[in-house]
Amino acid sequence: MIQLTTPVSEAAIRALKVGDEVAITGTLFTGRDAVHKYLHEGGKLPEGVNLKDGILYHCGPVVVKAENGDWKCVAAGPTTSIREEPYQAQVIRDFGLRGVIGKGGMGDRTLKACQEHGCVYLHAVGGAAQVLAACITRVRNVYMMEQFGAPEAIWEFEVKDFPAVVTIDSHGRSLHREVLAASQAELAKHL
Amino acid sequence: MTNLQDSLLELIRRTSAEIPDDVHRAILNALEQEKKGTIAESAMKIIDQNIALAKNKSQPICQDTGSILFYVDCPANFDQLTFADTAREAVKLATKKGYLRQNSVDSLTGRNDGTNVGPGSPTLHFHQHRSPEITVRLMLKGGGCENVGAQYSLPDERLKANRDLDGCRKAILDAVVQAQGKGCGPGVLGICIGGDRATGYEFSKQQLLRPLDDRNPDPKLQELEDDIVQTANKLGIGPMGFGGKTTLLGAKIGVLNRLPASYFVSISYMCWAFRRQGVVLDSNGNIQRWLY
Ligand code: SF4
Repeated sequence: MIQLTTPVSEAAIRALKVGDEVAITGTLFTGRDAVHKYLHEGGKLPEGVNLKDGILYHCGPVVVKAENGDWKCVAAGPTTSIREEPYQAQVIRDFGLRGVIGKGGMGDRTLKACQEHGCVYLHAVGGAAQVLAACITRVRNVYMMEQFGAPEAIWEFEVKDFPAVVTIDSHGRSLHREVLAASQAELAKHL
Repeated sequence: MTNLQDSLLELIRRTSAEIPDDVHRAILNALEQEKKGTIAESAMKIIDQNIALAKNKSQPICQDTGSILFYVDCPANFDQLTFADTAREAVKLATKKGYLRQNSVDSLTGRNDGTNVGPGSPTLHFHQHRSPEITVRLMLKGGGCENVGAQYSLPDERLKANRDLDGCRKAILDAVVQAQGKGCGPGVLGICIGGDRATGYEFSKQQLLRPLDDRNPDPKLQELEDDIVQTANKLGIGPMGFGGKTTLLGAKIGVLNRLPASYFVSISYMCWAFRRQGVVLDSNGNIQRWLY
């Protein structure tokens, strides 16, 4: 298990390879469909959201307000990342992201952006809403809630030892592409 | 049926927070199969921890609490309209209590009124039977895995799949390869051979109500079910598509008649977060026993 602490340096990202397991500590910002489309169309990040050397999480969490007014995240699994493929490369480039967390993998444009700008795609375990929520030690803030609604808003989470696997690294390798090719070749033997 | 609403609420809570025993056993078995120290094993461990945590906290196993599908077996004189009203109320209440996410969106306006009740939600299937027993099964089927369901019309030239069991096998295994990494595997397939496009998909979902360790009454289909699971697990797709030994936890196949002109193979994919439960109710609507 490799410890990653935000903000993440380019060197720390370049040292990661496909198949590495990481535990992330620090800050995660969530962003999914609405946020990506908004940024793609030239939208500005709200004050307080700094993605430079940061990690973006494709997640629509379930967050409730506790009696004392604090937010509490009760479920926070990853959502399918490929929907952001049209936008992700640009967001990585323009905002200086070092990592994107999601599930299901991403395509060639994101892979290329990871290579060019020093970023990795991190796969969290899909459906593990409770384990992942337990790694969120504090909900620090929420942005664009009015505009996008709770699941689509930008949430700022403080996390400790958030587990994920590098499935696209900054050296042009994608575990998704490799497993797909190997499984297709294997299937051909069984038909 | 004065206690029906409470019983349905408890059915929803338990379905959302607890994996049924048959599925849990299959997951534990898969965890054991994966090679130690691999990312596949890590993924299965996290899945297993997640199952325990959700149960202890009585919270949704996965935040996508899915399409709400009720299957009700009832005697001929059973009041289905009252049942349906009560089920909708129970769904609203379960959503308020957080057993279900606000998960139902108006397809045209994109509006989510936060109740989970609207056209098609929940979906209720009634089947009459010649027994006084009332059984209610509930399946919560997530979107990620629903999106990788597939329907093939045979013959299929690309797959060289003809209108026979071998053709069905080719279609099913193609669906497994296409679904990789997307539906939160390891998963379970519900399959229907035959029917029309609508009944085929519907019947494929109903196969997911069968306990994972049951036997298909038709030995030829049992053989195909076994073969699909064994072959899929040789493909190296593994949990989450990380590579590894367990790609499928099970496959269940049912058959409907078809028209001479049609030959559909319909496949519903269920993720590891396989949420289904069922209860037998007494005439007051109390839960007599659990089905899974
Ligand atoms: S596919 Fe299943 S486990 Fe994955 S996010 Fe959807 S409901 Fe959850």
